[in-house]
Amino acid sequence: MKYVDEFRDGRLARTLAGAIAREASAGREYAFMEFCGGHTHAISRYGVADLLPDNVRMIHGPGCPVCVLPIGRIDMAIRLALEHPEVTLCTYGDCLRVPASEGLSLMKAKARGADIRMVYSAADAYALALAHPEREVVFFAIGFETTTPPTALLIRQARAARLANFSVLCNHVLTPSAISTILESPEVRQYGTVPLDGFIGPAHVSTVIGSRPYEFFAEEYRKPVVIAGFEPLDVMQAIRMLIRQVNERRAEVENEFTRAVTPEGNLKAQALVSEVFELRRSFEWRGLGEVPYSALRIRSAFRDWDGEAKFGLEFRSVPDNRACECGAILRGVKTPTDCKLFGTVCTPENPMGSCMVSSEGACAAHYNYGRFRDVAVRVETREAV
Amino acid sequence: MGDVKKGYVRALDLRNGRVDMGHGAGGKAMAQLISELFANAFSNHYLARGDDGAVLPAPAPGERLVMATDAHVVSPLFFPGGDIGCLSVHGTINDLAVMGARPLYLAASFILEEGFPLADLARIVASMAVAAREAGVPVVTGDTKVVEQGKGDGVFITTTGLGALPAHCELGGANARPGDAILVSGTIGDHGMAIMAQRESLAFESEIVSDTTALHGLVATLLDAVFDVHVLRDPTRGGLATTLNEIAAQSGVGMELEEPAIPVRQQVDAACELLGLDPLYVANEGKLVVICKGEDADRALAALRAHPLGRDAARIGTVTSDPNHFVQIRTGFGGRRMVDWLSGEQLPRIC
Repeated sequence: MKYVDEFRDGRLARTLAGAIAREASAGREYAFMEFCGGHTHAISRYGVADLLPDNVRMIHGPGCPVCVLPIGRIDMAIRLALEHPEVTLCTYGDCLRVPASEGLSLMKAKARGADIRMVYSAADAYALALAHPEREVVFFAIGFETTTPPTALLIRQARAARLANFSVLCNHVLTPSAISTILESPEVRQYGTVPLDGFIGPAHVSTVIGSRPYEFFAEEYRKPVVIAGFEPLDVMQAIRMLIRQVNERRAEVENEFTRAVTPEGNLKAQALVSEVFELRRSFEWRGLGEVPYSALRIRSAFRDWDGEAKFGLEFRSVPDNRACECGAILRGVKTPTDCKLFGTVCTPENPMGSCMVSSEGACAAHYNYGRFRDVAVRVETREAV
Repeated sequence: MGDVKKGYVRALDLRNGRVDMGHGAGGKAMAQLISELFANAFSNHYLARGDDGAVLPAPAPGERLVMATDAHVVSPLFFPGGDIGCLSVHGTINDLAVMGARPLYLAASFILEEGFPLADLARIVASMAVAAREAGVPVVTGDTKVVEQGKGDGVFITTTGLGALPAHCELGGANARPGDAILVSGTIGDHGMAIMAQRESLAFESEIVSDTTALHGLVATLLDAVFDVHVLRDPTRGGLATTLNEIAAQSGVGMELEEPAIPVRQQVDAACELLGLDPLYVANEGKLVVICKGEDADRALAALRAHPLGRDAARIGTVTSDPNHFVQIRTGFGGRRMVDWLSGEQLPRIC
């Protein structure tokens, strides 16, 4: 595949691995957090960890939109779909299996008769509303800054077309406030129990918001940030750039993903988003709790297309399962194998916590791709006699 | 008195007609559908008798019977490279073939939805008939039911097959041993991606064609060349990854695959990339997974490649001893990861 395979080249990877091993000083440990689930997936999918020296450790961050969605928001969508027979609720596939209250998930609610559809984009939901004027089509919108502009576009389009049977349950969240929360957490700031030497900055999010919003972290918290693409070579190159910054005691924002990210980002998309959305004073994140100014809601000018207002929905906060360590895992305080539920009662087939749901989640990625590392496995092959 | 006047029966309107509840009611309309459409297309003397079942000869002495059944609910009904008709023939024949059996007979039962165009039904039945004839496996008995509009999705077809297993042949998912070679007969993911590409919400331009085909010829060629094949399986739903995990669990072994060795068509790879799917988990309907002794691998590979259905066959990995029964893969990137069971539903209604 042209323009893709080049970024997955095994030969280049080995060269880069050699360079990383040479540049990482033997005397110290390096711990970097990849914020995005996209990076987590690439690292696990391509086995990037195998190419890193032992003293370079990657910590999976909270940048998986499905993982940080609090139970209460899913409950809200389930209530809407079950209690309003006229509603067709549309959402991305990953959302369907997120465990919610009373043993339900959107998929289980669907089996109970709710009209819930999987869509690949917000535009699919919009098209469904156009095709079925007799249905109330509600798009359950999730995601970071990458998926926000398309949602904004459709809300604006719905208003222009006076499409009355379309609305949006907005759960869009913001990356920079999540990074601040992690950096402000006592484990990082006070106790130093989470050694964090730098961040791999988001790929797609940064195409929208640009590289500038991260400058604050580099400056205020003295943590280097390298924005990287989602291909495995991007990740390796970013790790090398982070190691160099640490070695040279620099804390700057660098951009490895120059083929898509500019300092100012996509101004048109930003304008669109601020036309349709405004900041929520506070929003609950799974694992991080209430995070001030970390999410968006639909402006009152577009109130008729705001599903929360339209159906009078109320958010009720629901605590996670007490044994579930998703919160600590999302903050980098624990790893999936530190959780008692991991791989026992919590598996991708029967997820208890959100990190086990999406393939971008730290637990699912480790379970699906990496759990062979937890056990001493003999991989020697002997010819059968 | 003259002869009783023969009742005039209007022929089935195969151009504009539609399935109605009468076609499943057991009366004349049903008899007409069966004789004009099904018996006509499948034409063989078992069906021609019009009895409730087919009387079949006993297998040769020493041979055993193998029976397999497969329900087909694919959506859309017609897709590049095939349709639910030929798919329903291939699916069951392949289940018999990977047991090492010579497929002999098929039974077919249809659940039709009221309102379904007879023209489409005729197309599907014709495609089944061609597939059965090409495979040399007659459809000897069948059944038709009609459900009200909205209670089905056009057509569901269940086929059941009967095959004869030679005395010496002992294939089974539990026979993989450490050191065995893992082979696949060609490119993976073609069927699943052909279906995905057809689905309305994903209308991208594509030339991906389903690989649906009957594999018993390929299997016979292989078993002629290599006597001691341990496991054969057709990696349908859940794809290659799920099939290999099934075998690993059944045999109590692990596996180690080489990612670059696994054949994937470029278009399939690109379509998977676009949709965020992994070709390892995408369905196939005309591919074979072969596990045999390491020293037989080259002979098996040569036999597969000599057959038109196995031209792209490749050795993709090795069976290992692993108490955890993990299937692992060495990525082209140079790392290692697990290839786990498919979790949840990747692509619904694929076959």
